[in-house]
Amino acid sequence: MIYGLIAVGYTMVYGIVGMINFAHGDIFMVGSFLSLIALLSLASLGITAVPLALALTLLFAAGLAALYGWTVERVAYRPLRGSFRLAPLISAIGMSIVLQNFVQVGQGARVKPMNALLPGGVELMNDEGFAVQLSWMQIAIVATTLIVLAAFTWLVTKTPLGRSMRACEQDLKMAGLLGIDTDRTISLTFVIGAALAAVAGLLFLLYYGVIDFFIGFLAGVKAFTAAVLGGIGSLPGAVLGGLLIGLIEVFWSAYFSVEYKDVAAFAILILVLIFRPSGIMGRAEVEKV
Amino acid sequence: MNLLSLRGVSTFYGAIQALRDVSLEVEEGEIVTLIGANGAGKSTLMMTVCGNPRARSGTIVYDGRDITQVPTHLIMRQRIAQAPEGRRIFGRMTVRENLVMGAEVAGHTDIAPLLDQVCDLFPRLRERLTQRGGTLSGGEQQMLAIGRALMAKPRLLLLDEPSLGLAPLVVRQIFTAIRTLNRETGLTVLLVEQNAHQALRLAHRGYVLVNGTITMAGTGAELLARPEIRAAYLEGGH
Repeated sequence: MIYGLIAVGYTMVYGIVGMINFAHGDIFMVGSFLSLIALLSLASLGITAVPLALALTLLFAAGLAALYGWTVERVAYRPLRGSFRLAPLISAIGMSIVLQNFVQVGQGARVKPMNALLPGGVELMNDEGFAVQLSWMQIAIVATTLIVLAAFTWLVTKTPLGRSMRACEQDLKMAGLLGIDTDRTISLTFVIGAALAAVAGLLFLLYYGVIDFFIGFLAGVKAFTAAVLGGIGSLPGAVLGGLLIGLIEVFWSAYFSVEYKDVAAFAILILVLIFRPSGIMGRAEVEKV
Repeated sequence: MNLLSLRGVSTFYGAIQALRDVSLEVEEGEIVTLIGANGAGKSTLMMTVCGNPRARSGTIVYDGRDITQVPTHLIMRQRIAQAPEGRRIFGRMTVRENLVMGAEVAGHTDIAPLLDQVCDLFPRLRERLTQRGGTLSGGEQQMLAIGRALMAKPRLLLLDEPSLGLAPLVVRQIFTAIRTLNRETGLTVLLVEQNAHQALRLAHRGYVLVNGTITMAGTGAELLARPEIRAAYLEGGH
């Protein structure tokens, strides 16, 4: 589920500007750190009511991460638009390193632990001591993801901004000819993608309880795999891909070995790229002339 | 009064010069056509008016304002609309979304009556409102492209080769629609055409573009009577 939230950002940016935003995973990491900072500050201010604290953290992290996303686009990608195709990719890798090192210098290289906020859960089944448990945390993560993705889907399919985004994605030049401010729309795409990644960052922090400056890399590559698996450029594909990658990892860990679960995800990336580069929901480009 | 005037406009693609010192005028309420061979720079001229690519020298004045350096999206919000070369409809959006966007981006909030007007002009579009743009036939796509431009309620409509690749019957429908709009609403049209014969009969005035330069200008009837035009653009077909 978390991968899906990040994958949406990859796929949206790819759809509009045709580049893989390698710094996206690190925006997720920054979002995670922002969440941690927000939660700790709120706790020190005495705001300990969990739902309230989480809601404030969500807004804070998503807002600031959106600002990061906007800045990255403005500083590293927009000046290179219209340049050769590899230029923004290289710039993206550079931004990724900048963000990692920035957080490493600011927050230190050690892992940051956090106490579980929502202990306990519901027991679904109990058969002679083998309990099937669903923790509150898992329920909260699924619920948050569904709500955020539903809001996002509504934004893209029903609002004028969403229409502009899709117009830019399908034909940037024509979008400009209609009077759409394409630069602004691209900026907003980065902003929304970054906000979604920050939500994922918060959920990651809550679920695993430890974060460090390097989590963006692995999560980023896996979310990228999810986006490719679902069909890069397709929003429902990104969500589906995220779900599949998550499930595959879990089943792999259960049946084979946890140590090799990353291998499973990357093997999928390679297999998809070899056998079905357009992904599950990727469109075969058929257009009438 | 001139609605649009170009003075000494030159446009480049990299090092290649596509327009050389082009000057032309379009008066309010006129249909002006621009004819010329493939690669003469007709579409470039249309796009230069819209600021993409930008003119390297010369000035473009629209409605008394110099728009030469204005960003494309701001030019297009001043009631200029273009149905560009290759139609460029949004294939993965519905016909309705394509149309709505034409109006919405131009800043119109009362969209339903505009939608009705366009559907009255092209009844085929009404039947197809919920279909995806990409599933339409070529003629329907052209109607959609023009309809989308009209949704912005433009004063100046730029039409780039609306007849390209269409059956003669559909071409006639589209040209009739253009004439109707011009007569009834006073819409100003700048029309780029390879189909010189029909375009010159429809237009009040015409310009001939050769290798990025305007070589002839005159009323539609005058140009139709010119022997060199007959030889270059009208003989053989049409």
